[in-house]
This record gives sequence, C-alpha cells and structure tokens, in this order.
Amino acid sequence: MWSIVHKMGSPPWFYRFANGAIAWLLPIVLVALVVGCVWGLLVAPPDYRQGNSYRIIFIHVPAAVVALAGYYVMATAGLMSIVWKIKMADTAMRALAPVGAALTFVALVTGSIWGKPTWGAWWVWDARITSMLILLFLYLGVMALSEAFDNKAAAAKACAVLSLVGTVNIPIIYKSVDWWYSLHQPASIKFTGESAIDASMLYPLLLMIVAFYGLFALCVLLRMRTELLTTHRQTSWLRSELS
Amino acid sequence: MYFETWSAVWHMEGHGPYVWAAYSITALIILFLVVSPWLRGRQLTRDIRYDEQRRAAVSTASGENHAPET
Repeated sequence: MWSIVHKMGSPPWFYRFANGAIAWLLPIVLVALVVGCVWGLLVAPPDYRQGNSYRIIFIHVPAAVVALAGYYVMATAGLMSIVWKIKMADTAMRALAPVGAALTFVALVTGSIWGKPTWGAWWVWDARITSMLILLFLYLGVMALSEAFDNKAAAAKACAVLSLVGTVNIPIIYKSVDWWYSLHQPASIKFTGESAIDASMLYPLLLMIVAFYGLFALCVLLRMRTELLTTHRQTSWLRSELS
Repeated sequence: MYFETWSAVWHMEGHGPYVWAAYSITALIILFLVVSPWLRGRQLTRDIRYDEQRRAAVSTASGENHAPET
C-alpha cells in the first residue's frame, strides 16, 4: 500500500502512468459513450408514465453519480495533501475540482430540462436539487481557493480543508430523497434487493455509468498531465521524457 | 430500435426538444472537458521541445566557440 502511494507521488512515474492510461481510456470511453447513447436514445423502450423524456436518465444519473463519487476522491486527495504533504495529491485536487464541477453542472442542467415536461417546472427548491447545487458551489469554491493564494502550500491547505468540510454534504445528497418528502424520485438502482427498473433500461444505464466513470478518470488524468507539464517544465526528467 | 422513422426519433412524441437539448448540452461540455486540456498539453509539449532544441543549439554553438561577437 505504502509503496503504491509513494510511487504515485512521484511526478515522473505519474506522468508515464497518465500517458499510458489516457491512450487506453480515450478509445474505450468514446465507444462506451456512443454505444450507451444510441442504446438509451434509440433502442430502449419509452417509460410507461413519462414517455420519452425519461431518456435523459442515461446522462443525468451517470453525471450525478460520478459527481458525488468524484467529491470523495477529491476529499481523499485533500486529506493526503494535508496529512502527508504529498504534492501529487494537491495536483490531483486541482484537476478533480473543475471536472467534478462540470459533471455536477451537467446533472443540474439535464435534471432541470427533465423537470419541465415531468413536473412542469424548470427548477424547484427540492432537498435533492438544493444539496446538488451546494455540491456545485463546493467544487467552484475549491477551484477559486486554488487560485486565490500566491503561496502554493497555503492554497493546497485551504482547498484541502474546504473539500474535507464539504464531505458533510455528500450523505445529505444521498439521503435527501428518503429524509424529506421530495419531488425528486428515490433511487431506482439498488445494490441490495431488486432494482425498480426494467432490464431494458437498466443495462444501458449501467453502461453509461461505467462510461462516465471512465470519462471522469480520463479528464482528470489529462488535467494532471497538463499541470505536470507546466510545473515540471524545467526538470531534466520531463525534458528527457519528451525528447 | 424502438422508433420507426427518423422523424419519430427527432420528435419523440413531443419530448424531442427536451431530450435532444439535454444530450447536446452534455455533449458540448464533455467535448470541452476533453479537448481543452488535450490542446493545452500539446502546446506545452511543443514549447518544451522547442526550448530544448534551442538550448542544444546554443550549447553546441558556444562549445565550438563560434558565438558571434556583439
């Protein structure tokens, strides 16, 4: 375990790892996204109650799921950065925040578009939706803080503290549909027990969730590689890597 | 395939505008998320390689003592 952390904290090792992973992920994610979209948009049957508007689920749910999971990853990176002062964890945190923010934004916008034909309103101050909006602000807050200091160590510390404090919001988002009587429907997929969704809709949804996880990893690695190229510009390992 | 014609795909029994708007916005955001760090990385790689070549050129020139007098 420690040797892995140690290895991942080394910029040259991580740079090579990112290059390899990006080359693998890019085609896989692309194919999975295209297949998932065609499946969800054209092949899956319409919902008996909502008709075709439910097809938004195939991007809405994956974006939301990965935005939430991504926050945990960012908070973990924050913890590693604050406890062990690992610079790579700080780089990861800065790469994770904008990608998480973009996915949270996708979840909110697609949810809003789905809400109009289903609930009759673009926006409601429902518990689930409001806590998702707070998640967006947390991500944006980390992005802003990372740029707000001249001192890099101070910026990393501030980001780490904010991301750790913000984890309180994640269980609230998960549980909001059970705790409050809300417009937003409860989860259709369950880890234990039978899912409340037919197989013809479940499989494309699962494929899209996997594709979004891959997309998330791809975007984060791309950003981390770019940051390594900027910060390690003058180092000999990077120069020999590129020549 | 569930739909019979392409116009049915487009229309989706009245829900077409919502569904297609949601998918288009998502596609644009994903495209931006992937392409922007990709382009930036390519530019940086190019800059670093260029720097390295210039540095190598300067060091050979000075090594051979052919640096022009100013």
